[in-house]
Amino acid sequence: MTTPIQKPPKKNPQIRTVVPTLPPASRSRRALAFTVAAAEGRFALQKCAMCGHIAYPPREACPKCLSMELPWTDVPTGGQLIAETTVQTSINTYFRERTPWRMGTVLLDAGVTVQCHVHGGVLRNGRVRMIARTDKSGKGVMMALPESEGENMADDKQLRELTCDPKHRRVLITDGRHMSALSLAQHLAGAGASIIFVGLAEDWRKPPKQAALEAIPQVEIVPLDITNTTSVTECAGEIGGKVDILINNCEYVRPGGIMGRRDVITAQDEMAVNYFGLMRLMQAFGPAMRGRGADGANSAVAWVNILSVYALSNLPEFGATSASQAAALSLAQCFRGEMAGSGVKVVNAFCGPLDDAWRQPLPPPKVSPEVLARDVLRCLQQGLENITIGDVAHDVRTRWIEDPRVLEKELTQIEGM
Amino acid sequence: MSRFSTPKRQGYDGVAVAVPVSIPYTRYSHESAHWWLARALGELVRCAGLTPADIDGFTVSSFSLAPDTAVGLTQHLGLTPRWLDHIPMGGASGVVALRRAARAVQAGDASIVACVSGDTNQVDSFRLMLSSFSRFAQDGSYPYGSGGPNSSFALLTDHYMRKFGATRADFGKLAVAQRANALRYPQAMMKKPLTLEQYIDARVISDPIHLFDCVMPCAGAEAFLVMREDIAADLNLPTARILSTIERHNAFADDPIQDRGGWAMDIDEFWTMAGIKPEAVDFLQTYDDYPVISMMQIEDLGFCPKGEAPAFVRANSFEIDGTLPHNTSGGQLSAGQAGAAGGFLGLVEALRQLTGTAGPTQVKDAQTGVVSGFGMINYDRGVCTAAATLARGLT
Repeated sequence: MTTPIQKPPKKNPQIRTVVPTLPPASRSRRALAFTVAAAEGRFALQKCAMCGHIAYPPREACPKCLSMELPWTDVPTGGQLIAETTVQTSINTYFRERTPWRMGTVLLDAGVTVQCHVHGGVLRNGRVRMIARTDKSGKGVMMALPESEGENMADDKQLRELTCDPKHRRVLITDGRHMSALSLAQHLAGAGASIIFVGLAEDWRKPPKQAALEAIPQVEIVPLDITNTTSVTECAGEIGGKVDILINNCEYVRPGGIMGRRDVITAQDEMAVNYFGLMRLMQAFGPAMRGRGADGANSAVAWVNILSVYALSNLPEFGATSASQAAALSLAQCFRGEMAGSGVKVVNAFCGPLDDAWRQPLPPPKVSPEVLARDVLRCLQQGLENITIGDVAHDVRTRWIEDPRVLEKELTQIEGM
Repeated sequence: MSRFSTPKRQGYDGVAVAVPVSIPYTRYSHESAHWWLARALGELVRCAGLTPADIDGFTVSSFSLAPDTAVGLTQHLGLTPRWLDHIPMGGASGVVALRRAARAVQAGDASIVACVSGDTNQVDSFRLMLSSFSRFAQDGSYPYGSGGPNSSFALLTDHYMRKFGATRADFGKLAVAQRANALRYPQAMMKKPLTLEQYIDARVISDPIHLFDCVMPCAGAEAFLVMREDIAADLNLPTARILSTIERHNAFADDPIQDRGGWAMDIDEFWTMAGIKPEAVDFLQTYDDYPVISMMQIEDLGFCPKGEAPAFVRANSFEIDGTLPHNTSGGQLSAGQAGAAGGFLGLVEALRQLTGTAGPTQVKDAQTGVVSGFGMINYDRGVCTAAATLARGLT
């Protein structure tokens, strides 16, 4: 059992905020594929296509047969801790501030030995279950967890460095009017978030399910209109220093593409929310979060963009909205670059069609608010950076990874014949 | 193992090893590696009664020489060698330099080879070196706590203790004996006596590694000459000769964790070529950046069977007048680790022993000795291993 972390005390404004230091960030180019898998929570190693040998650390050629074909492959996560140490003295400033730090050698069932972080609940010589996650440098690392789930396991101080667990953290949900708002607030409250700010534009209009939202004790409604710079700036001025997790669920969705519309007014509205609104949020809330990446148990930890999966590849029936989502996705990549080194993860959650009025013509399976909230919470608790929500999103992203050019042909071809 | 048979190796007839040089270490230095290597080369030339033009072979080992290599040093130091080697093998560099230079001399490719090693230690250079030590370390070990060699060897030590029942007191016995030896070696960095109690009670660094299991990084240089026997005789230099050598890299790659080194692959050849048995050896210089590695060498070099080094350590004494004098200048644990010069420390001390120039650390009537090297934790284990048997020279 892991000792539960305590609710952090109110911040003393006279004490300097600890600035984020970082674990080692340099990796070989080959090793970055491990980071890519880790950002999705996959435990992938190189497996020789010729002889099947699993190679680690990352290589250019198989050390058994010198084949150059070493595709990254999900491998079994079981293993045994065969040696361990607790580092008391480290030359790296990040670890120096966090010692003692447990690490060890695990013999994987896949047949290869790895060095990794070790969870406090792992027994000496014990069986372990490996995870791959990105660390505060945004680089993939391995951690050995106890084989079975233990009490308060997520509170392990080394594991919590890899995750974005909402426990004792303060969250901003940007759109209280969105159909996902109530479910998100309920899930976050259940996961131990200490404050859940819910943004509300035009707050003279009542949001749907207002009573249920206000019934959650942690919820605080705040005025926030992301299409209005003054509103965003004022909101950030009020609460920006205590937003540890920001979930942007604002969106503007309309059917149609180019020729079905006679002007660009709807497209401007789409961009006003999906692109410029996002940029306003980033400009107003980003700097404070970037400075608070190591601010104790409730440090700033995650920025979640809920994006349409058609940001990856345009769906002509919602073509103009897809374009604005693509703009948002590109902006998110810029934001990742600017937030790198802060310890705050920028999460892209690619969502399939929600079951709402504007997407009514689209066929099922659709995403319910429940599923969206559950998946976002799981993503935060696990510390992932890229997730899909719903079957359609999973399907589209899988096809996009396989070959984005084929996907483009599929999405733009004429039906029938 | 290769499927092709290995022919019987030639001996090292006609080759002499001479002029052991140790430049006194300092904890930190604002000088460059070039400065330290230059001092060592200058000392070699002066002590041998040579001029730089006489040096026609040159090997260099250094971690902190970047952006230069042995090539840059030739121009920097005004050498015009016809045989040149850069040996980046850390703790194995000394023996590897020795055996390469010996073959060059024997084949006539060079007549006098200066084998030089050294490093500076600026205040942040150890951290910088560790963070870019190797690609595998960068990808696979440094991100996990950045304990450097302390945590790498903590893992090996933890595993060795579990598997073979070694205790901290066993490691401590080696460390305490080395400190006693260091007190007699004028250039050792560690000059305070060390008791077993102090060793046991020392603060933990990365368990089971405690303070006195660790070497102190410092600046310094070590060097020696390899030359034709007739030249050594002309120069009237006391010499040592080489009875046997071995070298191996990335041995036992499928062992999940290292509890044996490459010596074990070649040990039969090593003693056959030397023509003596381990019992006949008058002293042993192991590479001792942590005591567990000395234990591993004691086993893999054939002083006792695998896993029995703890018992061997309990049954022997390792001071200069002990049953097996070991690391007679204090080893790196007590003399200090001057980067790549750590890979020369034992060899240079062995040459002093066999040329009768060891002074306060001289082992009485030392006729033969074994020197072993271990280098480069590329990821999870030392990759390079080497060893040599040396004897008092004919001159």
